[in-house]
Amino acid sequence: MATEVAQTTQESISPIFGRLSLESIPYHEPILIFTFLGVAVAGLIVLGLMTYYKAWKPLWTDWVTTIDHKKIGIMYMVLGFIMFVRGFADALMMRLQQAMAAGGAEGYLPAHHYDQVFTAHGVIMIFFVAMAFITGIMNFVMPLQIGARDVAFPFLNNFSFWMTVAGALLVNLSLFIGEFARVGWLAFPPLSGAAYSTGPGMDYYLWALQIAGIGTTLSGVNMVATIFKMRAPGMKLFDMPIFTWTALCTNILIVAAFPVLTATLTMLTLDRYLGTHFFTNDLGGNPMMYVNLIWIWGHPEVYILILPLFGVFSEIVATFSRKPLFGYKTMVWATACIMVLSFVVWLHHFFTMGSGANVNTFFGITTMIIAVPTGVKIFNWLFTMYKGRVHFEVPMLWVIGAIVTFTIGGMTGVMLAIPPVDFQFHNSLFLIAHFHNVIIGGVVWGVYAAVYYWWPKAFGFKLHDGLGKASFWCWFVGFYLAFMPLYALGLIGVTRRINSYDDPAWQPYFVIAAIGAVMILFGILFTFANFAYSIYKRKELACGSDPWDARTLDWATQSPPAKYNFPQDLHIRGRDEFWRMKQEGFKWSKNYSPIHMPHYTHAGFVLSALAMIFGFAMIWYIWWLAVVAFVGVVSFTIYHTFNYNRDYYIPTEEIAETEAKGATV
Amino acid sequence: MTMLDTPVTGPIEGPDGPAHSQHHHHESPTPIGFWVYLMSDCIIFGTLFATYAVLGGNYAGGPGPKDLFEPGFVAWETALLLISSVTFGIAMLQALKHKLNATIIWLLITALFGIGFLVMEVYEFHHLIHIGAGPDRSAFLSAFFLLVGTHGLHVTFGTIWLLTLVVQLKTRGLGEANMRRLSTLSMFWHFLDLIWIGVFSFVYLVRLV
Repeated sequence: MATEVAQTTQESISPIFGRLSLESIPYHEPILIFTFLGVAVAGLIVLGLMTYYKAWKPLWTDWVTTIDHKKIGIMYMVLGFIMFVRGFADALMMRLQQAMAAGGAEGYLPAHHYDQVFTAHGVIMIFFVAMAFITGIMNFVMPLQIGARDVAFPFLNNFSFWMTVAGALLVNLSLFIGEFARVGWLAFPPLSGAAYSTGPGMDYYLWALQIAGIGTTLSGVNMVATIFKMRAPGMKLFDMPIFTWTALCTNILIVAAFPVLTATLTMLTLDRYLGTHFFTNDLGGNPMMYVNLIWIWGHPEVYILILPLFGVFSEIVATFSRKPLFGYKTMVWATACIMVLSFVVWLHHFFTMGSGANVNTFFGITTMIIAVPTGVKIFNWLFTMYKGRVHFEVPMLWVIGAIVTFTIGGMTGVMLAIPPVDFQFHNSLFLIAHFHNVIIGGVVWGVYAAVYYWWPKAFGFKLHDGLGKASFWCWFVGFYLAFMPLYALGLIGVTRRINSYDDPAWQPYFVIAAIGAVMILFGILFTFANFAYSIYKRKELACGSDPWDARTLDWATQSPPAKYNFPQDLHIRGRDEFWRMKQEGFKWSKNYSPIHMPHYTHAGFVLSALAMIFGFAMIWYIWWLAVVAFVGVVSFTIYHTFNYNRDYYIPTEEIAETEAKGATV
Repeated sequence: MTMLDTPVTGPIEGPDGPAHSQHHHHESPTPIGFWVYLMSDCIIFGTLFATYAVLGGNYAGGPGPKDLFEPGFVAWETALLLISSVTFGIAMLQALKHKLNATIIWLLITALFGIGFLVMEVYEFHHLIHIGAGPDRSAFLSAFFLLVGTHGLHVTFGTIWLLTLVVQLKTRGLGEANMRRLSTLSMFWHFLDLIWIGVFSFVYLVRLV
């Protein structure tokens, strides 16, 4: 350790550029050079096209500065898909490496690069893909479902989004300036401490997650307040659509769990920057405390990810079975139970810590108990379909595929919950197969289902059916090919995060997994092709405001919805209000009154840009820039509070005109 | 922010029309939103308290609480902060009576007590670092500096917020928006008091017994 410390002090830190130098650009890594060229060429093409079509001004006035929850939701989805491409590229690299590097072969990725790839894959997929997707769906759908005009704090919503983008940009910047962390996605100390992770990679990790985490926490606060305060008159809590219920529970979890992540990462940051001893091996520090704290955030986090998709499944199953959801109240209570139980299971992530049989038994049992409310949900979906008139549209395909796959993943989870069994499976590929089974089979396919389901609401036209089905089947088959071999490998003892192995008998499994990954690639490409093709053919695919014959208020608006969502006030009388409205032949009256709306603002974008500069300066020890950026954040916040002109009224003529014209594709 | 207006017949225009008085089904979401934020902040402090509980005995051969903490000094710090909560309460009462100048004066008094608390805390930190009991000495001191320092940072930002609000009160009076800001800051200020009572008991008193 002494030599490590000596090395860091030898590193020269310039007063102007900190530890940033030309050597920080990885020009000696051919893979990164080609990636950079690819990104640069694609970037230049996009910039050129935007300039050609004069898209810069609309981008700024209609999107960057928007406080409209629907547009922010769509931007979250765009961010999610962009980062998904990055995270999936990492996955392909790992599959290729492991398919090659058997029996003494080294593959094409050196260890230090492979370690960055698996760290980046995990960080990106959880924080910037899954989180972006669920936040995007909740942003778009939830206010519509409760009959609101926007979220409780529209400006805060814009700020939260741009903070998430700032974090995502920092992670991507690490590709071309410096390096990323090589510590696994949860960055356990002492490996992630100052002594063993000397480069800027670990600092990229910390500052990217802290900046994005502020956005996530505030977005959670915002949505909890929205659901409690902004519901249309008459809507009681037990009248809310199930998706809104799951959004409520998810956001309560965000508000309760993300502060733990913030505090924990702060302590690790202090260990690295100021030499404190929270998680060090010496002077009283306790690395296992980090592991406990990070999983006290981390286990609720996996329910933060899956609960909104349980809501999506519920909406889609009810709509395409043409029946009200079976067991609405049990669904609500199951969601609430999962919300609470998710805080008392964290230790099952490290039964091997040595906390003793009693403690392990407690956490093993609580973990198994979570399977009960989850089972309630699955039976509710099955009973909703039972004797329903099930329509096998594309969103429904994703949901059925997800229910089957998620159930398998859930059962392997219960296997892992048995402590003595877990001692064998711990850190093996069995675990990797398990959590991909629930995250892909639950979260990712749920997101695809939601995208195919609400796309017509967001844009006024459906996605193409055939391409959607092609995407589903590639994903479905690809998933089983890619991950079932990992269960088998885990059972014979293959550990996670290895970049080469001696036993050539393992190679066939890894080759099959790689073939599965390529099939998943086609699943992704078919959906992207679907976006492009459907946008091109949008006139033919136009479908009106309620193409699925749905049940909830989100479908009562135009498609795409006007900026004020609902032209008039709604008075809610119970569950599935829109279904009742349709049966009563509801029509909006022509009698409008002015609608109170918030102004667009650039403040969120500016603050997040300053926060990103602050993060970059801290990563590279450019202290003067960090001070400037921090003072900038504080002064700009104060400046923004002096703006009292934050809202306006849409006049009745404008509403009448918008409503008379109707939505256009 | 009120978003939904009941359909009304007759000509209604703009913010000053009857539509403005129709805002009955949604009160401002700000109080509950800020409460939820405070609860998330509370969990940050909860994590730091838990850390102190786990690491607080790890002196690593260095000084412990009995070598470092002076009860008299901390009692004065506590008194300053608690009095500042009382003066903030008086400021709120003046604001509710629409007395702008009295509100501002009591807010400034509150700020003075807050700054006094901060000065004492900075002095204590400086003194500890000076005698070799800085946050890098032991896990106990790391946990101590982080818990107490995080509270201090909150008071610092609360004071900046308070002074900003004084300027805004001077220029714009006790309107609806400023009253909302004032009551939000009031929640924040009392919340910090509550946290300090936890710090005082749990960090200083318990370890000295």
